[in-house]
Amino acid sequence: MPPVPTAHYVFLSAALFTIGVIGVLTRRNVIIILISIELMLNAVNINLVAFSNQLLSVNGQVFAIFVIVDAAAEAAVGLGILIALFRNKETVQADEMNLMKW
Amino acid sequence: MQTVLPNAFFYILAGVILGGGVITITRRNAVHAAIWLVVTLLGVAGLYLHLNAEFLAAVQVLVYIGGITVLFLFVIMLVNLEEAASERQYSGQWPLGITCAALLLIELGYFIYKGQEAFYFAESFGGTLQPNTELVALALYRDYLLPFEIASLLLLVAMVGAVVLAKKDLE
Amino acid sequence: MPLPIPPAIEPYFWPFVYGLVLLMVFPLMTGYIVLLERKVMADIQARLGPMRVGPHGLLQPLADAVKLLLKEDIIPALTDKWVFWLAPIISVVTALLAIFLIPFSDRLPVPDTNIGLLFVLSLTSVGILGIILGGWSSNSNYPLLGALRSTAQLVSYEVALGFSLIGGLMLAGTLSLQGIVEAQNEQRMWFIFYQPVAFVIYVIAALAETNRTPFDMPEAESEIVAGYHTEYSGFRFSLYFLAEYSNIVIVCSLMTILFLGGWMRPFPNVEALGFIDYFPVLVFGGLGAMSLLGAMRETGLPQKLGMGGLAGAFFLVAGVCLIPEARAAIEGLFWFGLKVFLGIYTFIWVRFTLPRYRYDQLMQIGWLWLIPIAIANVIVTGFVMQWDQVVRWLGN
Repeated sequence: MPPVPTAHYVFLSAALFTIGVIGVLTRRNVIIILISIELMLNAVNINLVAFSNQLLSVNGQVFAIFVIVDAAAEAAVGLGILIALFRNKETVQADEMNLMKW
Repeated sequence: MQTVLPNAFFYILAGVILGGGVITITRRNAVHAAIWLVVTLLGVAGLYLHLNAEFLAAVQVLVYIGGITVLFLFVIMLVNLEEAASERQYSGQWPLGITCAALLLIELGYFIYKGQEAFYFAESFGGTLQPNTELVALALYRDYLLPFEIASLLLLVAMVGAVVLAKKDLE
Repeated sequence: MPLPIPPAIEPYFWPFVYGLVLLMVFPLMTGYIVLLERKVMADIQARLGPMRVGPHGLLQPLADAVKLLLKEDIIPALTDKWVFWLAPIISVVTALLAIFLIPFSDRLPVPDTNIGLLFVLSLTSVGILGIILGGWSSNSNYPLLGALRSTAQLVSYEVALGFSLIGGLMLAGTLSLQGIVEAQNEQRMWFIFYQPVAFVIYVIAALAETNRTPFDMPEAESEIVAGYHTEYSGFRFSLYFLAEYSNIVIVCSLMTILFLGGWMRPFPNVEALGFIDYFPVLVFGGLGAMSLLGAMRETGLPQKLGMGGLAGAFFLVAGVCLIPEARAAIEGLFWFGLKVFLGIYTFIWVRFTLPRYRYDQLMQIGWLWLIPIAIANVIVTGFVMQWDQVVRWLGN
């Protein structure tokens, strides 16, 4: 039995990414939307590390570290916005934040 | 025997990751969603170990689970979510959202399936992945020094921005 | 005699056995650390402490364990049941896993990984989840306050803790815990002498990281009852207790490995000081003599016999230490244990000496003092290590 082909990792990554997309597009709770974004970023990381392993090059892992840095920054700012919104509108539902909606 | 066990490891982890992901996005309670996110992230960390990226696995656990998830839980406790948990969970655009996501998955799946032979031609750069930590450090601080500095600046800006956003009154 | 172990599982066999033994022995040791804490506290407050169960209260941990296990397991109504059930398990599993990865001696089959220190740190940071989920799921105000305080504190001080470790890592040039101790052996210097500032920062951050006085706001009895585990009782409470004391052992062990030379005796390279090898004999002999003295002072026969038996056990260990081979085998564990013991003693001593900080003071110390000083320490260490290049650069 040969080792797991890289295509399977990419399949897994695509599936996880889709799960994240579904979470972002269908949920109302902003916190869960942010969590779904984390899932999508992780899907990207799986891809990067899988190709890093196939090409025997450490560059993919370095990019994965940059993605993790991005995820941390995104979570911090996103949750800061969430707290500010909650203070002003007393809700965490995305579709109730419609003041700017035409 | 030599490859069956690692292969089984991969498929079990894939199951954990996908199952955890699906449960994460369907929870009514945000804390439960965060716990299932931890399960998914642990699965991904296991996958990194499987891919000879042990430094990244440790960073994943340290930063994602010890940092980001804890931040999520902290914020969940600061905002009152009981109301949100009892309300409607899915926004009105869910049929459209599901359709788009399904189209995306079909498209990705089709192209990966068609192109999976192409993954084999990619030549190895002739490098190695061991010792992992030293190699990652060398790449980070030598080849990617400028991106590294930019990333650190990004983190600083994000930190200051988060503090400003969450502060009660700015005088 | 080599055991007939199939080669396929051979690399995993001894670590597995070691893990099992640790799993059985470590909770008992935790019990004795609690007894030590109570005894030292009593000593500082001019009392005797537990004296009833066994000679000098030496069987108190067993009595406590039986009591905790037999108590009713209360899950309050309106709690989030499965999170309530899960939270202490997260705490205890991460703590015990981290203990398993710590090389108490070079003779133990502890996995030597390239990322050892990072892995131990990440495990302890996952342990925070147990605290915050326990506080949240209790659905009660005091636990929630305790959990929030504790999370903010742990996340803040983890930064200082991590930065204080980096100096030592730069000197050692490896993340493997075994490698760090070996590096101190090769450089003929404990890193505490190269990194005194980092050591002080580490100790302060470690006190905060384990929720000990003067940073015990998360479980300040006079303010929020018991913090995050207020609603826990019986067995679940004992899991939190075990995790807390395991964390103390972990931070003291990391201190020993990174700053105090791990399992090596003081001055391992000085031939003239070879007599330090006989220190274990002295210690165990002294303990035996003290137990014998205690046995003579006891009045009841069972107490006399108990202390006498203890004295006999100590003398036996002292005698075994006289055999060179046995001493070589036991030496690493002895020195590591001694250093960890001194660390734990200091923690207890600090606990009953200093008052508690206010919360804003705690955050101020962490963010305005410890973290900047730790970062400066890393920068200065880097400059000193690359001094040749700095001089060359300045010359041009």
